[in-house]
Amino acid sequence: MAELPLSIPELVEQFGPKLNTVPAGGWTAIGDPDRVVKTHCCFCGQQCGIQLKVKDNKVVGFEPWEEFPFNKGKLCPKGVKRYMQNEHPDRLLTALERRAGTGFAPIAYEAAIDRVARELQRAQAEHGRDAVAVLGGASFTNERAYLLGKFARVALRTANIDYNGRLCMVSAAAASKKMFGVDRSANPWSDIPHAEVILLAGSNVAECSPITTDYLWSARENGARIIVLDPRMTPVARTADLYIPVRSGGDIGVFNSMLYVMIERGWINREFIATHTTGWDAVLDGIKKYPPDRGAEIAGVPASMIVRAAEMWGPARTSFLLHARGIEHHSKGVENCSAALNLVVATGRIGRKGCGYAMITGQGNGQGGREQGQKAEQLPGSRDIENPDHRRYIAGVWGVAEESIPHTGLSVVPMFEAIHEGRIKALLSFCFNPAVSLPDGNFVRQALERLQFYANVDFFMSETSRYADVVLPAALMEEDEGTTTSVEGRVIHHRRAVSPPGEAKEDWRIICDLAARLGAAEKFPFTSSRAIFDELRIASRGGVADYYGITWDRIDEQMGIFWPCPEEGHPGTPRLYEGWRFGHADGKAHFAPVEWRPAAEEPDAEYPIILTTGRVVAHYLSGTQTRRIGGLVKQSPEPRCEIHPKLAATLGVADGDFVRVESRRGHVVVPAMVVRTIRPDTVFIPYHWPHDRSANNLTVHAIDPVSNIPEYKICAVRVSKTDRPTDSLATLPPQAGGIA
Amino acid sequence: MSDLAFFIDYSRCIGCQACVQACEECDTHRGQSMIHLEVIHRADSVQTAPQVCMHCEDPICAQVCPADAIKQTPDGIVQSSLKPRCIGCSNCVLACPFGVPKYDVYVDQMMKCDMCYDRTSVGKRPMCATVCPSQALAFTTLEHIERTRQGSAVNVWRFGQQPVRTKVFVMLPSSAPAIHVDAVAREGLPAASRTDDVAAILEGA
Repeated sequence: MAELPLSIPELVEQFGPKLNTVPAGGWTAIGDPDRVVKTHCCFCGQQCGIQLKVKDNKVVGFEPWEEFPFNKGKLCPKGVKRYMQNEHPDRLLTALERRAGTGFAPIAYEAAIDRVARELQRAQAEHGRDAVAVLGGASFTNERAYLLGKFARVALRTANIDYNGRLCMVSAAAASKKMFGVDRSANPWSDIPHAEVILLAGSNVAECSPITTDYLWSARENGARIIVLDPRMTPVARTADLYIPVRSGGDIGVFNSMLYVMIERGWINREFIATHTTGWDAVLDGIKKYPPDRGAEIAGVPASMIVRAAEMWGPARTSFLLHARGIEHHSKGVENCSAALNLVVATGRIGRKGCGYAMITGQGNGQGGREQGQKAEQLPGSRDIENPDHRRYIAGVWGVAEESIPHTGLSVVPMFEAIHEGRIKALLSFCFNPAVSLPDGNFVRQALERLQFYANVDFFMSETSRYADVVLPAALMEEDEGTTTSVEGRVIHHRRAVSPPGEAKEDWRIICDLAARLGAAEKFPFTSSRAIFDELRIASRGGVADYYGITWDRIDEQMGIFWPCPEEGHPGTPRLYEGWRFGHADGKAHFAPVEWRPAAEEPDAEYPIILTTGRVVAHYLSGTQTRRIGGLVKQSPEPRCEIHPKLAATLGVADGDFVRVESRRGHVVVPAMVVRTIRPDTVFIPYHWPHDRSANNLTVHAIDPVSNIPEYKICAVRVSKTDRPTDSLATLPPQAGGIA
Repeated sequence: MSDLAFFIDYSRCIGCQACVQACEECDTHRGQSMIHLEVIHRADSVQTAPQVCMHCEDPICAQVCPADAIKQTPDGIVQSSLKPRCIGCSNCVLACPFGVPKYDVYVDQMMKCDMCYDRTSVGKRPMCATVCPSQALAFTTLEHIERTRQGSAVNVWRFGQQPVRTKVFVMLPSSAPAIHVDAVAREGLPAASRTDDVAAILEGA
């Protein structure tokens, strides 16, 4: 509500981010732990197995879990240090209420829940049900994601619920669903080392999904050749067999011209196409417009590279496509993915060992988080909220009238436009830091200021929590129990290591408490996360993402179970499409021709440089967690603007100089990092930091028309040398948005 | 320490620093990392290289130590200097052909990688090699490495005329019995065959 209750430096002083650099009790106090808990990392979609050491109900360290089959003990720096959050000095231990001029005051949990329920009811009574919006997150367990979707549709009956996976997996999801009728990576990771050729499209594996690296190198040891598409030479690209420095947004030029060459040279599987697919003729017709010269022009790379890629991919016996946000974060993100998938299906290399594709899920429960019904257009089991049969089934599970379930609501970017315009009056958000993570940050923060009431649930005071009227203290993954679904589609078990500190509560308890205050107690009788999972199993039964046969006990016995798993005797489905049976009603894969079109904002005379954004390995998403961990902040204290020496020379910028990077929407001031490993027409800034260091001050809030993913990977900027800033934000600690 | 050995494959390293962060977490290291992650030259390349102590069979650091402070355990692990003996002269720092030992002024002692002795001596794997996402650092059997990797594992080095045999292996692209490290004349050498300069790649270099 309205502006921040205190200045940013004052809020940072009270709530951090401060750094935790030592385990609870100090390095020398660890000794023998009371117990070691086998669980999973709280961060990205790889969901690595890890063991947490617990002493006196505190997480004091970790031990690799070498038996867990996906990562076999391997961890990235974030996984190594994640245990430093449980006993962090910034943890929210009570509910807080906004007090203008003095900040936030602690209030009793029950009083806070009462107030949130009252304010949401008031907003709905005065402005209609949809005037209240709910936001969830893809770091939610499946249980919480399921419960929040049910809460929005049953307790609040608002259509407007969405989640931060909208910023991550939705383009990949939509493209897979369109082509195969199923939204999941087609293969387990154990298939990667058996591929002869691997196409890595828009994925900086080394920084965003490090554990996947060993799978790539294992394939290389077996003789695989690796093709990488990226505007930056990433660590994997450095030693790849073919590195294509594609211009951001030009991927379709590469994919379509590869297919053109493959058709011309007969490297397609005509028999497979005729028997197991539809729509090929339209592709054949459309692809005529993409000879390599045209593709090269679109992609900004030599045509010979595209021909070479086709020569490597086309005639191979086995192949694997891996794609990620580099091709997905576009206003044509779905089409980018479809064009890449066309290369897989045209060869028929899918549904068997070493043959297939995967999307590299970015968020912890990026997969499960989008299946359980917290997505604006979905109901549990990856069901469609507009499908009458799906609505009836879920209405039956929930014991409500089908008509009472709202229809498709606003996804997150249009939701913030509606907040900005005053159509949405109140917001309840969990597990989401839009003030840092949404595009066009200045617009987003203005929208937050316009809310009449905002309740935020988090374990730390994020940059977004600062705008709240009420903040409810949440529990970490290691303080709750539940399941997530990993990058492979493997449903796994996060075990509780310790109880939440102070008055912090598991999100699902907070949701049940709110539901009770809203008069829906009988629909939310849950006293354990496991009981929620058991209802989720039934709700997903018969859906595409069928969890019915999965139980927590079975997960523990089998080290995870891959969905679909329709019955308790079913072993789960590590590899989809075996026997070439696809998910559509006709059992076929559906081709669609893909046309390239420009980005929403291309560079021009005024803003002549392409900005692309992404991650660094030491940080996760908006940094709410990782910017509080000393070792990770030491590794990457602040964002830097990567810029090629050719471009730097024209701007008079040297390595380490401060640069002001401006777009039509905002600016940042960051140090320049002059490197030859990026295209000379492009600069890169990682997005994990707030305020004047937030790359999302620059990004454009254009979205893909189908998936509604924002276009984080391309917008137009100008860059100029500037002095080291000395204002009150620049002098904050770097983890709070200052200059290191 | 059974038949498990330590292998470094520089071509696999992605520079993520999981090794550096995990080294701090080894129970006896207490927040101090002993592994070096070298960024070769970031302006030109993303290449990085991890460096653990190579644990020489006849350790040069110990040979040059005037205080006899550097000891080798019977299983061949070269330890940090013994605190009561170390005089902080840094001879070991200067003499090590791999640049591993560092003199820590706060504890007035030479500190270096001990291959997680508290772990490896009881059958656990070292922290860095266990967590390494790329397995550029691997702690496994020679048989497993030969079965799963293309290169060959080498642990004999020749620094000019001086042979050095190390407990730690490095992976080389093709079979070579030893690694020769010599001063070479720069003139007359062909230019590097590959570049990491994206502008040059786009121009078809």
